Amino acid sequence: MSSTAPPTLRRTPLFERHQAAGAKLVDFAGWEMPVQYEGVIQEHMAVRESCGIFDVSHMGEIETSGPGALALLQRLLSNDLDKLAIDGAQYSVLCREDGGVLDDLFTYRLDVERYLTITNASNHERDLAWFSAHAAEVPDAHVDDRIDEWAMLAVQGPLAREIVQAISDAPLPPRMRAEPRRLSGAQTIVCGTGYTGEDGVELLCAPADAPALWDEIVRRGATPAGLGARDTLRLEVCFHLYGNDLSVDRGPIEAGLGWCCREDTNFIGSEAVRAVRERGPAEKLVAFAIEGPGIARQGNPVLGGGVVTSGTLSPCLQTGIGLAYVPAERAATGTRLEIDVRGKMRPAVVKDKPLYRKDA
Amino acid sequence: MAQASYPAELLYHPEHDWARIDDEDAEHATLGITWYAQDALGEVVFFEAPALGTTLTKDEPYTEVESVKAVSDVVAPLSGEIVEVNPAAAENPGLINEDPYGEGWLVKVRLSDPSERDALLDAASYIATLAG
Repeated sequence: MSSTAPPTLRRTPLFERHQAAGAKLVDFAGWEMPVQYEGVIQEHMAVRESCGIFDVSHMGEIETSGPGALALLQRLLSNDLDKLAIDGAQYSVLCREDGGVLDDLFTYRLDVERYLTITNASNHERDLAWFSAHAAEVPDAHVDDRIDEWAMLAVQGPLAREIVQAISDAPLPPRMRAEPRRLSGAQTIVCGTGYTGEDGVELLCAPADAPALWDEIVRRGATPAGLGARDTLRLEVCFHLYGNDLSVDRGPIEAGLGWCCREDTNFIGSEAVRAVRERGPAEKLVAFAIEGPGIARQGNPVLGGGVVTSGTLSPCLQTGIGLAYVPAERAATGTRLEIDVRGKMRPAVVKDKPLYRKDA
Repeated sequence: MAQASYPAELLYHPEHDWARIDDEDAEHATLGITWYAQDALGEVVFFEAPALGTTLTKDEPYTEVESVKAVSDVVAPLSGEIVEVNPAAAENPGLINEDPYGEGWLVKVRLSDPSERDALLDAASYIATLAG
């Protein structure tokens, strides 16, 4: 008889903080991560109303450098890297030749010939292999795995900037900028980005500096928030989650990410993306809200074609919400849908994105 | 409730349900989920009470409770027919977290085989299953 040892989960430098705080820890893409501390709804509302802090150190980093770095990234990423200034941030997708999405990622330009691309934990190894394979085709482009060099904290919410500003050696960079700052003495890159629909920053720091930085930001009023709240927050504002709303089986146009695709840069997959854009996608990713009781979940079929890719209860809207791929002719705002939620037909309606607006 | 609690007067099913059978009425039972179940699930945000008259089969799921993150089947600890549901728990599913053995009860059933209770666990035996 053979016995299988449990898989060894990777831990971030903040694992002991999560344990001490009584977090529920789960396996997330091979990492032992906090899904919640006190409760998903409470953590969600803390981010919407004041400030939350997330450990996102499981996310990966790939550094691309050298005289050929720009040419390589232009080939790999869907957006126009020529438009990415030094200290800028840019969102894009990574596509296969057929346009299938391998990942969605932020790239920060750290220097003239130095870029840092943030990968989803579940895709990091595949992304790294893809980057490395194509680096061989471009002269003087270097690709290095930096996952062990960086920890990452997301500080999000209306009070996030105020809290981080108080420990910073200089004014924080604005949205979509990423600049080096010392925070409580620790060297970091402060990025004006996030995944919650709130103002805030994401902090890249050395793993050894992460615990003290976490403690200081919590001490100043940030509520530790887990992956559960991260998911409900992003879904209320209709940000994509790779593995749910994005996959190699669909392209960026279907996903509503045509805005970050510049086919004239000739990125890998650009011909396929152009073809779909020109003829129009057969299906589109729509936001929906359930009318009445019920919560649709990933995998629930939409009657007449289509499937839910993300679904939850919205803590702010107090109703079932989600994202679903539906036939393009049924994607218009206001279209009525029926979703098969484990055998019960739940009426839903296609809504404008984002589902939640701060000023609504 | 914040602290784990497993009242001695209840009977338990290893799938994390409890049954309350009054001494003077062995034909009926009140059912709910245990402290462990609600804690594992997190904040319960949705419970749609099953219809009156629904037949329960011991060890089979008879309803669902949902947290923000997940759906969880609720397994019948005993067989019978639903004669009452808890409208307060459907209206305010947080009661299932706050008071899982009291205001957070789910259904009352008329038992089809009252002797099935002999297969259920007492509190100490149920707690022992959690330690594993």
